[in-house]
Amino acid sequence: MMESLFYMAGFVAFTATVLSLSRTNATHALIYLIISLLAVAVMFYLMGAPFAAALEIVVYAGAIMVLFVFVIMMLNLGQAGEQRERQWLAPRIWIVPTLLALILLVEMALAITQISGTTSGVEVTPKEVGLTLFGPYLLAVEIASMLLLAGLVGAYHLGRRSIDRSRQS
Amino acid sequence: MSETTATIIFALVVLLGAVSAAAVLTWFERRLLGIWQDRYGPNRLGPLGIFQVLADMLKLLTKHDWVPPFSDRVVFVFAPTALVVAMMMGFAVVPFSETLYIIDIDIGLLFFLGMTSLAVYAVLLGGLASNNKYALLGGLRSAAQMVSYEVFMGLSLMGVVMLTGSFSLQAIVLAQVDGWYCFSQILGLYVFLIAGIAESHRLPFDLPEAEHELTAGFHTEYSGMKFAMFMLGEYLGLILISCMITTLFFGGWLGPDWLPGLFWFSLKTFFFICFFILLRAAIPRPRYDQLMSLGWKVLLPITLLNLVITGALALSLQGAS
Repeated sequence: MMESLFYMAGFVAFTATVLSLSRTNATHALIYLIISLLAVAVMFYLMGAPFAAALEIVVYAGAIMVLFVFVIMMLNLGQAGEQRERQWLAPRIWIVPTLLALILLVEMALAITQISGTTSGVEVTPKEVGLTLFGPYLLAVEIASMLLLAGLVGAYHLGRRSIDRSRQS
Repeated sequence: MSETTATIIFALVVLLGAVSAAAVLTWFERRLLGIWQDRYGPNRLGPLGIFQVLADMLKLLTKHDWVPPFSDRVVFVFAPTALVVAMMMGFAVVPFSETLYIIDIDIGLLFFLGMTSLAVYAVLLGGLASNNKYALLGGLRSAAQMVSYEVFMGLSLMGVVMLTGSFSLQAIVLAQVDGWYCFSQILGLYVFLIAGIAESHRLPFDLPEAEHELTAGFHTEYSGMKFAMFMLGEYLGLILISCMITTLFFGGWLGPDWLPGLFWFSLKTFFFICFFILLRAAIPRPRYDQLMSLGWKVLLPITLLNLVITGALALSLQGAS
């Protein structure tokens, strides 16, 4: 039961990702990407990682992709954007990415044959994730937080300068 | 297998209940606002005017289901559906009483946050697909507003999670046997209340719609059933937020033993629904920059302060015992 659900979610994720790559309308492509992320969240949940699944929805689907849609709205590409996207998606462009992806596919097929089971079969609770993050991986968490702080300072700097400019004029 | 069937039946009952409650709320809100503003509200049809709900429903159902030719058809139809689905999914983790709940998962609270964050898309895509500048402006506003307030909403709940030590909503309710979190987490409650209104974009924080400036904001182009879906989603959001405030800060289904938990849960939830409706009549809509600066300059520091204090207290109490 669990396994068939997992493969169904995997199929949805795969199809949605392919569609999001091939759409010329940016909004439609983004919606397919969101669906793909949701399907990946379901896969995480079925593999026994509910916390990762929740983060996938809250962070990726719920926050990062909203910013993507936000940018699309600001740009308001419309018909001209679709036309240009169609030019960019000429068949010739697909050759190199396809070759690279094929190499990865062969590698993965080889790797999968080495592993025995599909999942560890153990559920990882949010508590364990927290203990691991703030235990052995504390340094990584701190470095990530420094990175975010740098982003925050940068955003503050950019925002402040534009206010000064508007006062001068 | 019978347990699964029972869960499915209960889930359907919850869905039906939530939708009918949302329908009745459309009438209840107008009546309550009417009393508050010293007028009657819809009181003609049936006892107290309750059949107004049926009349409104018939009107919306029989309206011409029109999709503007300049809109992005598929996304235009998809947007209101996404809102209703996301909001209904949120009800899956609400514990209605000790035994009445659809699912009690380890990540219940995160699931709720995830569903509310998915609801943003409905407003955003509705505004984008309408291909109308008022709708686009409404959608843009809602994106900034809802993404910002999601941050405070999540952070304000972390104090509750810290004290309970679990994301499971049933565990959070049971941890409040000795005292509701509305006292120890008063700052968290304050922020969650405000963020909750902003997330369900109701007055006073309905800037995505703001009929004075943007005609009707993101749903300017919507009519008939699709408009009704947006309204349904909004009322479902209101009920969901009220359920969540009850569960997280006011002891959920806990209450004196002489009545079942479901009764206490419904009573508390009803109280908060009334509170939200009366808030609508009491407070005017702030300007957009006021809304954003309130969030980032007042609510964010408060939540961080609350986190530090709660964390320190929880640690010291743990050390003492």
